[in-house]
Amino acid sequence: MTSIPPSLSFDSRTEWLRGEGRASDVVMSSRIRLARNLAGCPFPHRGTRVHRQASLQLCKKAILAGNLSPRLIWVDLHDASPLERMLLVERHLISKHHSKSRPSAGPPAAGPDDPRGVAISLPDERVSIMVNEEDHLRIQVIRTGLALSECWKEIDEVDNRLEAALPYAYCPRFGYLTSCPTNVGTGLRMSVMLHLPGLRLTGDIERVKRAAGDMNLAVRGFYGEGSEAAGDFYQLSNQTTLGKSERQVLEELEAQIIPKVVEYERVARRTIATKRLAAVEDQVYRALGILTQARLISAEEAMQLLSHLRLGVVLGIIKQIDQSLVNHLMLLVQPAHLQRVLGREMDQDQRRIARGDLLRTKLAR
Amino acid sequence: MKCDRCDSEATVQDITIRNGVRIERHLCEQCARQAGLGGQTNVPLAELLTKWVVASGIGAPANPSTPAPARQAPVTECPACRMTWNEFRQVDRLGCPDCYSAFEGQLGPLLERAHEGGFRHSGKVPTRAASRRAAQAKEESGGAVERAQRINTLRKQLDQAVLAEQYERAAALRDEIRRLGDPGTPPTVI
Repeated sequence: MTSIPPSLSFDSRTEWLRGEGRASDVVMSSRIRLARNLAGCPFPHRGTRVHRQASLQLCKKAILAGNLSPRLIWVDLHDASPLERMLLVERHLISKHHSKSRPSAGPPAAGPDDPRGVAISLPDERVSIMVNEEDHLRIQVIRTGLALSECWKEIDEVDNRLEAALPYAYCPRFGYLTSCPTNVGTGLRMSVMLHLPGLRLTGDIERVKRAAGDMNLAVRGFYGEGSEAAGDFYQLSNQTTLGKSERQVLEELEAQIIPKVVEYERVARRTIATKRLAAVEDQVYRALGILTQARLISAEEAMQLLSHLRLGVVLGIIKQIDQSLVNHLMLLVQPAHLQRVLGREMDQDQRRIARGDLLRTKLAR
Repeated sequence: MKCDRCDSEATVQDITIRNGVRIERHLCEQCARQAGLGGQTNVPLAELLTKWVVASGIGAPANPSTPAPARQAPVTECPACRMTWNEFRQVDRLGCPDCYSAFEGQLGPLLERAHEGGFRHSGKVPTRAASRRAAQAKEESGGAVERAQRINTLRKQLDQAVLAEQYERAAALRDEIRRLGDPGTPPTVI
């Protein structure tokens, strides 16, 4: 049995799962991340283990002394179990890349896991800071609903406090210097997690994706780069970081592009609710039926059905369940969460059974 | 037209001027090859051009994601982390912050393509860099104001010196004003 340290016990006060805030019928969460590096230090992938240990110590000290949040916990990922790491990925607190075991290069060949970590603000999980990922620092702020301005205000302040203690790599021409040149400049990635079942049902989703591509925005799935759009969830984010200020990107996304997509989705939902109500109700109630009756269920199927259920809740077809519960269930059905809730490691088949049990219990009236 | 050597259709025309005499040959593809002519007739022009351009280092490869041939890659490496441009193109990650200045020339076009034509940072500036820049600007503007005031004073002194017919002093003042780089100094007739 893998034990989860008490520091890593999350509760239901996670900010971005609340299902509240502006346009929360369509926008599940808003997220901003900043990439920062230390001047005079090789980027994590290039440095030696000694370099990475030094950057980790330096950043960890600055983060913990920076008064960034009322309560901030630190997790040394090189010491964390695979289950703990997976749990953090599922909660969008670290990237998949950061969770993977990376033996340090050089003798001994299969050396200890690379020194790296993450700081997380609790209980809201709004702020998380990865150290020694692709860049020395990856600062993230995530909030419920459409709240990019609020995210920016908060992350800007966290960034200022860290900069007061750390020598950032910066030059006037290229801005904040990052390991990958696609992030150089502002080092900014602004994204929103959109729930777009209406546009999928009307068949307009491909057009929206193409339009986003034309505007140089990236469209990704629920778990970011390389993940599928599980349950009609799409992450829309900026890609340009050089020559466009944070304010410009914020203005474009929050005031222009996202409200338009939200409006398209609402129109699509209204259209299907008036023209194809029976079909939508059927989909929603079938989803609820399976979720409350299934004995064996995979994470993918559960996500898709929870997405249908979420649409039913938002449209007022299902009244006894709230959006926040559906959001939380989307996390609880993920493999690491399931094992954490039940307190033991399970193989895939055992998880399918456990997932069915959990959904029936949680959705029982 | 028939080939000069066989009955096949001539497709290659070779004109040579030797000692002022024009020698014209019409050959089919096979005979032309045997005569050492038209060896590259099957190579498309575009390919030849591309090869020439790449070999001479005149233009970058058309596709930015295609790694440049080894011979075209610059030999420079980052003095801080020893990363070479070729290594960067393989991993798509730079080695350290200093790589940006080491590879500034090569990175420029690549960044423009990746960032909608963006080539210069716009946005947040770290407080330290901002205060450094502010101090520099203050120093520069402070210097300019001071210089303008000094030029003004010198001009008044120059006028007085001319009126007092102190020509040596006037010449020295004029030189001083010129040294301070005042473009508006009228030529003084002394």
